[in-house]
Amino acid sequence: MVKILTGEQSLRGAAAVVGVGLSRFGDLSGNSHMEIMGEAVHHALADAGLTIRDVDGIFATNFVDQLAPLAVAEYFGIKPDFMDGSNLGGSVFVNSLLSASMALKYGLCNVALICYGSNNRSGGFVAPAQAKTVESIYKPRYPIQAYALAAARHMYQYGTTPEQLAEVAVAARKWAQLNPAAEMRDPLSIADVLNARRVLDPFGVRDCCLVSDGGAAMILVRADRAKDFPKAPVYMLGVSSRTTHNIISSMPDLTVTAAAQSAPEAFAMAGVKPADIDVVELYDAFTINTILFLEDMGFCQKGEGGAFVANGNIAPGGKLPVNTNGGGLSCVHPGMYGLFLMIEAVQQLRGECGARQIKDAKLAACNGNGGYLSSQVTAVFGTAATL
Amino acid sequence: MNDTSLFEGPGPVQRYQDALTQGLFLIQQCKGCGKHVFYPRVMCPHCGASELKWVEPTGRGVVYSTSVVRQKPEKGGDYNVALIELDEGPRMMSRVMDVDPDKVKIGMKVSAHIGLLDGQHAVVFYNKEQGSKEW
Repeated sequence: MVKILTGEQSLRGAAAVVGVGLSRFGDLSGNSHMEIMGEAVHHALADAGLTIRDVDGIFATNFVDQLAPLAVAEYFGIKPDFMDGSNLGGSVFVNSLLSASMALKYGLCNVALICYGSNNRSGGFVAPAQAKTVESIYKPRYPIQAYALAAARHMYQYGTTPEQLAEVAVAARKWAQLNPAAEMRDPLSIADVLNARRVLDPFGVRDCCLVSDGGAAMILVRADRAKDFPKAPVYMLGVSSRTTHNIISSMPDLTVTAAAQSAPEAFAMAGVKPADIDVVELYDAFTINTILFLEDMGFCQKGEGGAFVANGNIAPGGKLPVNTNGGGLSCVHPGMYGLFLMIEAVQQLRGECGARQIKDAKLAACNGNGGYLSSQVTAVFGTAATL
Repeated sequence: MNDTSLFEGPGPVQRYQDALTQGLFLIQQCKGCGKHVFYPRVMCPHCGASELKWVEPTGRGVVYSTSVVRQKPEKGGDYNVALIELDEGPRMMSRVMDVDPDKVKIGMKVSAHIGLLDGQHAVVFYNKEQGSKEW
């Protein structure tokens, strides 16, 4: 299947982000997932200089409301012209960027709101509902099970070490220390990660993302309208969504994700290559994710991800800034993280990131992960200069 | 008219489980492309054909990846969860039973047996040879 990546029909530059919002993070006891989402939507609307009455496209998914777009539309008292509630796991919000860009380009809606909220920490952890399979009897502990098996295979095949996995967690923490909104900002060393409580070998608890309360919202319009808003627009330059499997035993190669397909496609649509990217935001549910995605997206060769992240190479001051908000490992992870990483990319391109700001950032690459390394959706964002 | 002959009685997963209960480990083989299929389903994921036959695999395989699920002793203690690549090609999740959970290694040769997990018949694997017929 050949995707339309270039030419008149391409979605490159079709839509722009004109508003983003984040709720408070951490333990928001007493707030429902919908209230936490509403908090983020409030901030995104204020950021864009809009009201909820202007929104006519809803893109919403969570693990609580199976009919999330309906729940969200009702909650805000709107009757949208276009709705999308696909569920691919935490990657879905990057997929929403794809469907919102299509809906905007073809006039199915004019103001697209992508939103998410969760009280996963204070309200109890909710994982995606899944039918019983022939594997259930072996009591795999999902989601960590799948990622641990992938890490073990990567370590076996490429000699990736526990220390290299730990580098990912340490880099994320160093970025989080520069982000006042991040949940985990205490110092963290390689030894701390290696000596942390074992959860599911080869992972200890510091190889695993946080369980947070948190909400996020993003507002997009057609690119031709984007300059009429208070903030500098950030343009959608490329996006592609791919899958390889659902359950982990069906993953063709545990060391290669669908990002090996989605990333080259997103880069081709954007007309850029990995070396052009100024800042990278990846779905780091577990330490192995960052290594796999850096390889699959072409920032290093397959098998070299462990060496690539070593010596602080993706930490502040390193060669490639990765997960500059602190990621799911140290900033926030409320069940589904895909929208949070896109918002960090947008804020970096706007130059709003304070101590963690990447100087003159013009191009950002994002990769959302869903299921058990099952869904990968890559996106490229750029400033007006990159259009 | 639909050809209903392919879809009589219980579905493939139930048939797989029923065979285990009778002491038989069966997987599917596609009549179209000849490839083996696991988990059991109504259509070949390799070529799309709907005619799949049941076959007895050799029961031999290799550990493709492995992990240790940490669990408090009072809840039953640590256990192994591994992915086994069968000689016929498909991979399946299972457990290696006769090796300490953290001593199971990728590349280790294993053979299938039908054991009871939580009172249900399930395919598990052993590293040591357990006789010619492995289940």
